[in-house]
Amino acid sequence: MRVLDLARRVIAAAALMTISGLACAQEFEIEDRRTYPGTGSATLRVISTADLDVIEPFLLRFQAANPEVGVDYVVASSSELNRAIRGGAEFDLALSSAMDLQFTLANDGFAQSYRSGVTDALPDWARWRDQLFAFTAEPAVIVINEARFSGLPLPRTRAELVTMLRDNPDRFAGSVGTYDLRVSGLGYLFATQEARSSDAYWRLTEVMGRLNARLYCCSSQMIDDVASGDLALAYNVLGSYAEQRLDEDAGLAILPLEDFANVMLRTALIPVTAIEVDAAATMLDALLREGMGQGTAEPVLPPLQTRGEADQLPFGPIRLGPALMVYLDRLNRESFLEAWNAAMVQQ
Amino acid sequence: MTRQGASDAARGVRPSWPIARKLTLFLAAIVALLALVSWGMVTSFAREAAGRTQDNILAASATSIAETLRSEGGQVRLELPYAAFSMLGAISEDRVFYRVAAGDDVLTGYADLEGPDVTPGEPSFGTLPYRDMNVRAVSVMRVILADGEAVPITVTLAQTRGGVRGIAAGLSRQAAYLSVAVFLLAVGMSAFAVRSSLRPLNTMAQHVSTRGPSDLRPLRRRGPPELMPLVRALNRLMDRLGGSIKRSEDFIAEAAHRVRTPLAIVRTQAEIALHSVEEEAQKQTLRRVIRAVDDSSRSASQLLDHAMVSFRADDLARERVDLPALAEGVADALRPTAEMKDIDIALAISPAEVEGDAILIQNALRNVLDNAIKYSPAETIVRVSVGNGGGEARIAVSDEGPGFGEEPAAHLMERFKRGDKVEGVVGSGLGLTIAEEALSAHGGRLELGRNVEGGGACVSLILPAA
Repeated sequence: MRVLDLARRVIAAAALMTISGLACAQEFEIEDRRTYPGTGSATLRVISTADLDVIEPFLLRFQAANPEVGVDYVVASSSELNRAIRGGAEFDLALSSAMDLQFTLANDGFAQSYRSGVTDALPDWARWRDQLFAFTAEPAVIVINEARFSGLPLPRTRAELVTMLRDNPDRFAGSVGTYDLRVSGLGYLFATQEARSSDAYWRLTEVMGRLNARLYCCSSQMIDDVASGDLALAYNVLGSYAEQRLDEDAGLAILPLEDFANVMLRTALIPVTAIEVDAAATMLDALLREGMGQGTAEPVLPPLQTRGEADQLPFGPIRLGPALMVYLDRLNRESFLEAWNAAMVQQ
Repeated sequence: MTRQGASDAARGVRPSWPIARKLTLFLAAIVALLALVSWGMVTSFAREAAGRTQDNILAASATSIAETLRSEGGQVRLELPYAAFSMLGAISEDRVFYRVAAGDDVLTGYADLEGPDVTPGEPSFGTLPYRDMNVRAVSVMRVILADGEAVPITVTLAQTRGGVRGIAAGLSRQAAYLSVAVFLLAVGMSAFAVRSSLRPLNTMAQHVSTRGPSDLRPLRRRGPPELMPLVRALNRLMDRLGGSIKRSEDFIAEAAHRVRTPLAIVRTQAEIALHSVEEEAQKQTLRRVIRAVDDSSRSASQLLDHAMVSFRADDLARERVDLPALAEGVADALRPTAEMKDIDIALAISPAEVEGDAILIQNALRNVLDNAIKYSPAETIVRVSVGNGGGEARIAVSDEGPGFGEEPAAHLMERFKRGDKVEGVVGSGLGLTIAEEALSAHGGRLELGRNVEGGGACVSLILPAA
């Protein structure tokens, strides 16, 4: 199943699928697309970063409750999603894990306001200007292959992790994986937020660079490699994806660290170009109800309540606000990536 | 209320707006105006304060961005500080735009954002249209040395004004609630103040209206100085009224007195003539003359009595009066009159004492007893009983005459009113009035009833016992 998923992704990337019908001003790459016809004439066009196999149960539940609404679900990377909405592509709902990009979309006027009883019930930190709504809270975690750690005490903080990696270069050389910040928007978001709150990040990056860390575009591929034993440790993996894999792959474990955890909020917005606004609102309400744990079934993604657990850690979810624009700034991004490059790609 | 209004209208008094309502409405209007003005001021202050707060945060944020500007190998570099942007999101959910430019060369940010003109050192503010809305913008300029050349760098930061409007609207709403509360409180308090300031006027009116009909003493109540002219005018009016009543009573007494003497002479002459004439028809005429003179004389005495009672009641003497002795005296005095009709006056006496003016009480009893004799048929008994009981002394006079009939008793005590069973009997109608006035001057009263034994009238003179 995983292999199939990977294969599909590779094919999608290779084929560089473009939807010229949807994109008016600018073309953008999509990774996957599935259409669920409804009994009525309305078709809700959703663009999202969430993989189909993750979100499909929700879509089916939505269709069962609203059989007249057809759904056209398009999967794209967060930067392509951002490009599509900015280019004026006609979508009715945009769901993305890149909080910062979603925030700038709303800030720059690409989202329309929406209020309902459900959005009013959202906690303040989970919405911005009635335009941007968080419906999941997903932590960044460290995934390890337990076999590769045998005989070593598991580190409890980043400082201990740095020490352990530094002291065992033979064991971990080429066996540590993390996001390639130049490619992954989510990896960049996690990295910048972490660098902001702890200098341990830079020391860790340096150590990983010395160990010839392998760089990835996506969480699922990192998890695949940890499961297969190619990697001993994957740093800053999306917790929601990792949790789903724990049951399937023996030997896979999440390394709990006590110092802090970054929690990302997956957000939704209704673009100004939306046509089926009512249907989009219905789906948004359904998403938010699931996000608040009021859904009828087991939510497909971690609901916002997990923030409560995150609260007990010294670091809460990343805040929705203008500060998210800081690291997206061209100059800031350049200098951050420069520093990261210097640390990670030393040789 | 409506009955009051009707009776006022009947008297030709058309009431204008009540002072209390007028004053309260006037005060309420003033308070409303003040509340409105203060609300408007608070609202404009709130807007001003919220605007300044935003300006300060914008300026602090832009300055902290400008502080990170530096030159590195001939290149201008900067790092947007995280705090600069997170403080912008701290108080409101406003959209944020920024631009850092060296002259027209945009280093980073929103290229189309044009800030207000700026000179180095001072941040400059402006509200300007950007994209589809108005934003509050600040520009800060800093000069950086790059390659030995001074490069002026402008940092412009803009924010939408939703938060400012929200804060100002919230404060304005609170001020509105407060103004309404103050207004209601002030109206309630002014209504209370008006009512309590007008209370002396009401009590004075009540005081005057509950006075007895003949009480024309000046008002001696203390009141606010504003009411004193009214009190003085009222007192002068009562003084004049009292004088005029007294003059007319004096006139009546004088007239009655002057009439009495010639009447006595006429009576004497008529009696002499009665004895000297032989003819029955002439005797009959003379008797009628004598009876008419008697009646006139009695009326004159009653008018005199009335004047006397009014006079003495104004300045009542307070001496011990022995009622049995007084009753005996009056009975003796009237016995000749009674005997002319073969009427017997029977006295039943037990001790009783009151405090007051003996002449007035005597007068009252004489009028009552005189009435009883006048209305009694011949050869009957008029009973006079004197007694004491329940803190009251009582002289009851009962006869066997026709009684008072069905008319209300109070009606009979009015001046010149007579009962409906007095056909054929001459009378002035003043007797009971005089008795009532004399008794009420002592704090007593007259009771008219039915004689249980003989079927006639029973009149009781009741006085507080000494």
